[in-house]
Amino acid sequence: MNARYLARRLATLIATLVAASLAVFSLLSILPGSPAQVILGTQATPDAVKALTAQLGLNHPLWRQYVHWIHGLVTLDFGHSYISQLPIGHQIAQALGVTGPLIGFGLLVGIVIAVPFGVAAALFRRNVAGAAITSVSQIGIAVPNFIAGLLLILVFAVKLGWLPASGFTPWSQNGWLAFKSLVLPSIALGVVEGALLSRYVRSAVLDVLRSDYLRTARAKGLSRRQALVRHGFRNGAIPILTVLGLEIPSLIIGAVVIENVFTLPGVGTLLLQAVSNRDLLVVQDVVMLVAVTVLVVNFLVDASYRLLDPRLR
Amino acid sequence: MSAQAAELLTRTERPSRGLHASAVIGGAIVTGIVVLALVALFWTPYHATIPTDQVLAPMSWHHPFGTDEYGRDVLSRLMAGAKLILYAGAVSVVIAVVGGVPIGLAAAARGGLVDDLLMRVVDLVYAFPALLAAIVLAAAVGASTTTAMLAIGIASIPVFARVSRAGALQVLESEYVLAARAYRRSTAAIVWRHVLPNIRSLLIVQASLLFAIAILAEAGLSYLGLGTPPPAPTWGAMVQDAQQYLGRDPLLVFWPGIFIALAVLGFNLLGDGLRDLLDPRLRERR
Repeated sequence: MNARYLARRLATLIATLVAASLAVFSLLSILPGSPAQVILGTQATPDAVKALTAQLGLNHPLWRQYVHWIHGLVTLDFGHSYISQLPIGHQIAQALGVTGPLIGFGLLVGIVIAVPFGVAAALFRRNVAGAAITSVSQIGIAVPNFIAGLLLILVFAVKLGWLPASGFTPWSQNGWLAFKSLVLPSIALGVVEGALLSRYVRSAVLDVLRSDYLRTARAKGLSRRQALVRHGFRNGAIPILTVLGLEIPSLIIGAVVIENVFTLPGVGTLLLQAVSNRDLLVVQDVVMLVAVTVLVVNFLVDASYRLLDPRLR
Repeated sequence: MSAQAAELLTRTERPSRGLHASAVIGGAIVTGIVVLALVALFWTPYHATIPTDQVLAPMSWHHPFGTDEYGRDVLSRLMAGAKLILYAGAVSVVIAVVGGVPIGLAAAARGGLVDDLLMRVVDLVYAFPALLAAIVLAAAVGASTTTAMLAIGIASIPVFARVSRAGALQVLESEYVLAARAYRRSTAAIVWRHVLPNIRSLLIVQASLLFAIAILAEAGLSYLGLGTPPPAPTWGAMVQDAQQYLGRDPLLVFWPGIFIALAVLGFNLLGDGLRDLLDPRLRERR
């Protein structure tokens, strides 16, 4: 049953990836104008454009170009940018050195905020503290992450001067400075996610508090604290883990925006620059990379949910 | 019944004050923004895109929210921005409803293979983030209000498909549907006469919550330059423009920011409040 479920889910994952790649490829391939013309500029002779088109493989029928592109992606050969001529794989690897840690720290900030506040909101739901936490999280959800970022820049970079407002020092140059330039972006990214997560934590804890097994545990003589530690945490962890997994895709998307606020040279910046330069192969590659990551994370979360919860096996 | 018991009963049956407060506060904020947008249809203090001769003016009687780096009146731009964001939000929600509800209803009414197939397609769309769709569309045909609304609307179709499917399945099991079947009503007629009216409140709540998400998404896209192109006064683009003056004139950044947050908060609270008012079964869970 479980293996069959996983196989079905895997098939769906692959179908989704194929559909997404087809959609991205066809949307970006039906454009008027040729990339060769873009590379060579308006002064180029028709012969030169033709020669370069052939060299790039763009004279082949669309299906062959698609197969060639997918083959490249699977073998991690992302090709070269039409505009800068740089190898795209190298650019992506460099950008991941920024975006990867940013998402990791952002997730950490989100958890550090969500878990204590969510648990407190559930435990104190009948008094002012609980209501206050719930209201603050309601407001936190409404604040766009780029506004949170700008507010942090205003306070900690412009007014106090503690941390850099923008830019990034590469890890290889100075690890401490690199970390410092990611502090504000990670908080901006994590705070908003944390506000949303805390609501899930709250309702998961409420479910546990109202459960029959907890009442039974209390009835057999355990104190409230003992019952919560022994039975509550494990049962509450399952839905929270799922939500956490679901938050990773939204952190990835949020990072695109946050990198723009702090002018960090990450994957999002690479993508947006490629869009404004019409550097289509880079757009195609990076969009697929992000889509693959999001879809694979979804898949893993779904699978681990099934493994953790015996009722679903 | 003793007075005490009656009081106890009304106390437990009456939704707590907090729930009512959600709907009231949310409704008030949403009404305020709608009024602002309606007024902006006919009148703004200054023209929203034509500069006055005062650049980066502070708050004053003439310019209650100051002017921006080109000398455009910020209040006028915020009002015109309310119009733009409500329009973009509304169209996105309509796309999601018109696309999603029929899919959900068809899946629930037909069941079997049709259900399986439709929901697989819905899962597929659900997995693809709106921002990526907006980026691909912007790269393909250039960023515009249309590409942003399409991306947000299409990405939200799965939400309505799932909600209406789940609601419809519940209604279809009910006894009055069985009775209607006994009268040989067609499936289409049952869906139209019984299912749709019964899941209406579910859809209204979802639409309000989606409106909040759409506003947030639209603001993010126009902030990134992937929405309505300049000089249109979208709130997101206003933040982007004002960002370089953050140290000198922080309010220029935060006025549009506050309006975005208020609008999102308003629709979220309204949606939560409506859910509690319209669907008493869910009240206990929150």
